[in-house]
Amino acid sequence: MKILVCISHVPDTTSKINFTNGDTEFDTNGVQFVINPNDEFGLTRAIWFQEQQGSHVTVLNVGGAETEPTLRKALAIGANDAIRINTNPTDGFAVAAQIAEVCKQNNYDLIICGKESLDYNGGMVPGMLAAILGYNFVNSCIDLKVEGTQATTAREIDGGKEIASCSLPLVVGGQKGLVEEKDLRIPNMRGIMTARTKPLKVMEPSGADNKTKAVKFEKPAPKSAVKLVDANNLDQLIDLLHNEAKVL
Amino acid sequence: MSVLVYAESNDGKLKKVALEAASYAKKVADMLQTTVTAVTVNANYTDVLGNYGVSKVLKVNASWNDFNANAVAKILYQAAVKENSSVVILPGTTDAMYLAPIATVALQASFASNVVALPESTAPFVVKRTAFSNKAFNFTQLDAAVKVLCIAKNAFGLHEDAVAISTEDFSVEVSASDLGVKVQNIEKTTGKVTIADAEVVVSGGRGLKGPENWGMLEELAQTLGAATACSKPVSDLGWRPHSEHVGQTGKPVATNLYIAIGISGAIQHIAGINSSKVKVVINSDSEAPFFKVADYGIVGDAFEIIPRLTQKIKEFKMQNA
Repeated sequence: MKILVCISHVPDTTSKINFTNGDTEFDTNGVQFVINPNDEFGLTRAIWFQEQQGSHVTVLNVGGAETEPTLRKALAIGANDAIRINTNPTDGFAVAAQIAEVCKQNNYDLIICGKESLDYNGGMVPGMLAAILGYNFVNSCIDLKVEGTQATTAREIDGGKEIASCSLPLVVGGQKGLVEEKDLRIPNMRGIMTARTKPLKVMEPSGADNKTKAVKFEKPAPKSAVKLVDANNLDQLIDLLHNEAKVL
Repeated sequence: MSVLVYAESNDGKLKKVALEAASYAKKVADMLQTTVTAVTVNANYTDVLGNYGVSKVLKVNASWNDFNANAVAKILYQAAVKENSSVVILPGTTDAMYLAPIATVALQASFASNVVALPESTAPFVVKRTAFSNKAFNFTQLDAAVKVLCIAKNAFGLHEDAVAISTEDFSVEVSASDLGVKVQNIEKTTGKVTIADAEVVVSGGRGLKGPENWGMLEELAQTLGAATACSKPVSDLGWRPHSEHVGQTGKPVATNLYIAIGISGAIQHIAGINSSKVKVVINSDSEAPFFKVADYGIVGDAFEIIPRLTQKIKEFKMQNA
């Protein structure tokens, strides 16, 4: 089975978010970048298929040269090879269209994306990719098995999960559950060494139109200070929630 | 030329978020000087949409019961073509977020999710949305002729604006390839308020010391008609199921009232719950970061406070019943 794992290069979850250039650009100064957590669950599941079912795992990122350490980390975790599409990802549709071009050339059986990236939280790339390719698609995927050309998936729904089956090729929008937190791998020294020599192919973008543009950013308004209520005066809390906040 | 809204339903009943999306669509329609058309799939009692500004309902009675993203995307696409809609509004639910990107590709549209306010302008079409996991807002300009928006839950609210409503049966041919993903089974916990639907969420952290202490938290939640949730360490330790983990890598919470008990307030947790309107923290450590983002706080022992708080709320509910 040929698997493509699409990864985003995003600020670490502990990052403080700031903007620059008149609030039109994300300030990368001092920010540590990581593999998007939703993608990392998918990558780890792909490595499971590689080890258990002999799958070939390619990782792909749409981004500039500064994102290569993130791809090398994915290689160190165990992916066989990597592709970087050399353009700055500013629009979800354009990213999906770029990835679709690579898929048309390579006929992957399974394409795993994260259901959303933790920077723009657009949540659109996997669905758009599936729609462009005309492939089956399962979003919010929390379990994935493949036998031959048939996949069984579980999707998170409100208050439970939905089990479905479909044939390959398949695009999934993955999240925690594809594997558990404890299954995530920290690259070991051997992985890091071999990652240096694994193929990382840089492709120039095909001409896809952007359909959206981020015009500016804004940080949430500073919060007023917390109102402390004495633990022995819970009536006051009830009163505040009822009369002031009007949520009770 | 009408604004189209996908009025999502569950077991035939329209969801509250469908009415919220309709309220939003009506305001956008006013900006564009047009009307709102809703699409429903296997929903009953759709006339209520008229109270929220919907003039016309395209009612689909589908032969299939389980949600299918491709099929609903196709329905939305055909409805948008029929109505010549330049704006399509959906709620921000799991199912709507599943189908919206598919419909967007079919409509060659621009898409924005997590939209929290009315468009800043309609030409160019600019909306405010959350980004960086609620740590910031992003203003996105949608350039294609058709715009598809998913509205963040609870951000816009319900706005009554009653209009006369008409209903049309609408049928869409769905092909076998649209139904490629076949639902085998649905496993749902019944009788519990889900985090997605909840107006109030009661959440516990490591401060509760162990899974055996969740009973009092569940009783508080039950008294409030709330869903229960937990912090990441709690789900990682296996004290509570992963489906209850809220935060940046767990479920987002955008509820009216969020009560955090024994949760220190790591930046990732705060990001996930920050869209909630009112936040209450109960923690024995007055230095816990959660106090910086909360509206109301109590410094004290959760084990001592929770039962008393539950009792107080019971009394309040009796008096105000």
